[in-house]
Amino acid sequence: MDKVILEIKNLSFRWKDSDSLLLDIPEFNVKKHEHVFLQGPSGSGKSTLLGLIGGILVSESGELKLLGHDIKNLSRSGRDSFRVDHVGFIFQLFNLLPYLSIEENVMLPLSFSSIRAKNSGKTKIDQLKETERLLKSLGLEEQLAKKNPVTELSVGQQQRVAAARALIGNPELIIADEPTSALDSDLRYSFLELLFSECKKAGSTLLFVSHDSTLSNLFSRKISMDEINNNVN
Amino acid sequence: MFNLFSKSLLNRRGTAILTIISISISVTLLIGVENIRKGVRTSFSSAVSGTDIIVGARGGSLQLLLYSIFRIGNSPNNLSWESYNELRNNKRVKWTIPISLGDSHRGFRVVGTNLDYFKFFRYGSKRKLEFLKGKPFSKVFDTVIGSEIAIKFNYKLNEKIIIAHGTGKKSFLNHDDKPFKIVGILKPTGTPVDQSLHVSLEGITAMHIDWESGAPPMEGESISAEEVLKLDLTPEEITSFLIGLKSKIHVFDLQRKVNTYKEEPLSAIMPGVALQELWNILRTAETGLRVITWFVLFAGLLGMVTSLLSGLNERRREMAILRSVGAGPGTISFLLILEAIILTLAGIILGLIILYLALFVSQPILENYFGLFIPINALSNRDIIILGGILLTAMLMGIIPALKAYHQSLADGMTIRL
Ligand SMILES: Nc1ncnc2c1ncn2[C@@H]1O[C@H](COP(=O)(O)OP(=O)(O)OP(=O)(O)O)[C@@H](O)[C@H]1O
Ligand SMILES: [Mg+2]
Repeated sequence: MDKVILEIKNLSFRWKDSDSLLLDIPEFNVKKHEHVFLQGPSGSGKSTLLGLIGGILVSESGELKLLGHDIKNLSRSGRDSFRVDHVGFIFQLFNLLPYLSIEENVMLPLSFSSIRAKNSGKTKIDQLKETERLLKSLGLEEQLAKKNPVTELSVGQQQRVAAARALIGNPELIIADEPTSALDSDLRYSFLELLFSECKKAGSTLLFVSHDSTLSNLFSRKISMDEINNNVN
Repeated sequence: MFNLFSKSLLNRRGTAILTIISISISVTLLIGVENIRKGVRTSFSSAVSGTDIIVGARGGSLQLLLYSIFRIGNSPNNLSWESYNELRNNKRVKWTIPISLGDSHRGFRVVGTNLDYFKFFRYGSKRKLEFLKGKPFSKVFDTVIGSEIAIKFNYKLNEKIIIAHGTGKKSFLNHDDKPFKIVGILKPTGTPVDQSLHVSLEGITAMHIDWESGAPPMEGESISAEEVLKLDLTPEEITSFLIGLKSKIHVFDLQRKVNTYKEEPLSAIMPGVALQELWNILRTAETGLRVITWFVLFAGLLGMVTSLLSGLNERRREMAILRSVGAGPGTISFLLILEAIILTLAGIILGLIILYLALFVSQPILENYFGLFIPINALSNRDIIILGGILLTAMLMGIIPALKAYHQSLADGMTIRL
């Protein structure tokens, strides 16, 4: 049995005090090395849940433990550094900072997390090598060699750079919020395959959110929001 | 981290540069106005250092100061040679320098005086006049010229020049029958001395001896330069005179004495007091100018904050990405304040560069055309306080967008908004 890395109990959340509860999750666990597919209609609170897990949002009540730590008990800056130390994010779109190079975008978490910097290499040169290795195995060798600015990458290539950024320094959890929704279906599959194999290499757990259920059979576990969330609107 | 910051700023260099320029302009104005003000003041005070009292015909004290020291304007009246002689022999008086004005040479004033001028006149920090070439005048038709005149017209020793009657730039009435020989060229002083030609009082008398109430001599009545030397050339009147006292405590004493002089209506002024009067007149203009520059600065800073604020919306994506890789809202606010500080600092530095370049370029022009010597000094404590204040203000104003970014990045959560 692999150990549990994400543990949620009786979690509730609302955006404004006047709103009704958006999330009311009695229990939701993710085990180490799992590849979880989280499905749900638009507006069902998927992104909100990911924000809670990443410690960007704070729950109203309940327990949310990541790697055994209750995120609520951390200070605000503690949550920020905990997040970068242990979680890699991939968003739906616009993941990259246009004014940084491909490598700089990938290495961004390393300047905020000494743990991930150490994991990716002892020296700056080692870290750069690891960055290049990741980018190459995600099929971006050519763009790297040409030193393309990130604004000249296709959407699929941008998402692969974002994946490399999430993966660098082997964070325990990769959170992907609809990273494939802007890609066509061929690209989706190849992107997912690359993501899976890199997650495996890094030993990272993957929490993948999408409303596209056709992808779900590639995952070891499939969950839909209405299964875990009592509050379905 | 700093790499990230500078690249982000570089990415928005258009607005950044405009902000820097507008701040730099106000810094240039702010420090420049102050520098010029101080320069003008020291330049003016420099020209009267060492003189305790100036005596002239009854009139405004500022007017007396302006015409006798700065060669600006004209005297309403002259004072008699007798009064001068009586006052110069007063027991409190250490020295006097008589001044007789009214003629010019190619736009520059001619000062009739005596050898005491070269002995007792002091400028700057009590400095004596020095000769670049030649020596004081000794003959009636000798002249000693200021450094600027020598440079401007490329005059050499022993050259002969013609003096014009009156002080206008274009005088048609010349004393061309009595040319003067340049016997001395003074070193630069940064005072109106540089723009004066000095001749003996006898020279002034000699030029005018055959003139009748301001008109050139009639046919046949003119007296040649050779003949005139045989006559008594003691002046009948002079324009004003400077006094140095044996002891400064008697300044008020002597001033009262002159002001109540029985034989003739006279005025005695203390140059420092008269200058103060001038500064008081100019103060309103200075204040106005200063208020305007502060407004320019405020507009510059406000522009910066506005562009930071309006940029926040476009930068939401940037901030969400930074948050996802571990930047806290505090870090993000800090980046914004840092940006305000860096832009302002760059503005200040650019402003100072512009200022010093401008001073460097305008110094000779001001000196040539206005006789003002604006020294180029390092920043004064006051300047540094002003600049520090600007920086502090920028920082405080930077808090506004920083707070907004703080709230925005908290409220946006994980989603990248457009
Ligand atoms: N920053 C925010 N402030 C206030 N309300 C928000 C905020 N973000 C989301 N919400 C609200 O929370 C609810 C859930 O939004 P969320 O983004 O979590 O849904 P989602 O499941 O990710 O949808 P989608 O599939 O479209 O991305 C929505 O009703 C939305 O209006
Ligand atoms: Mg979403």
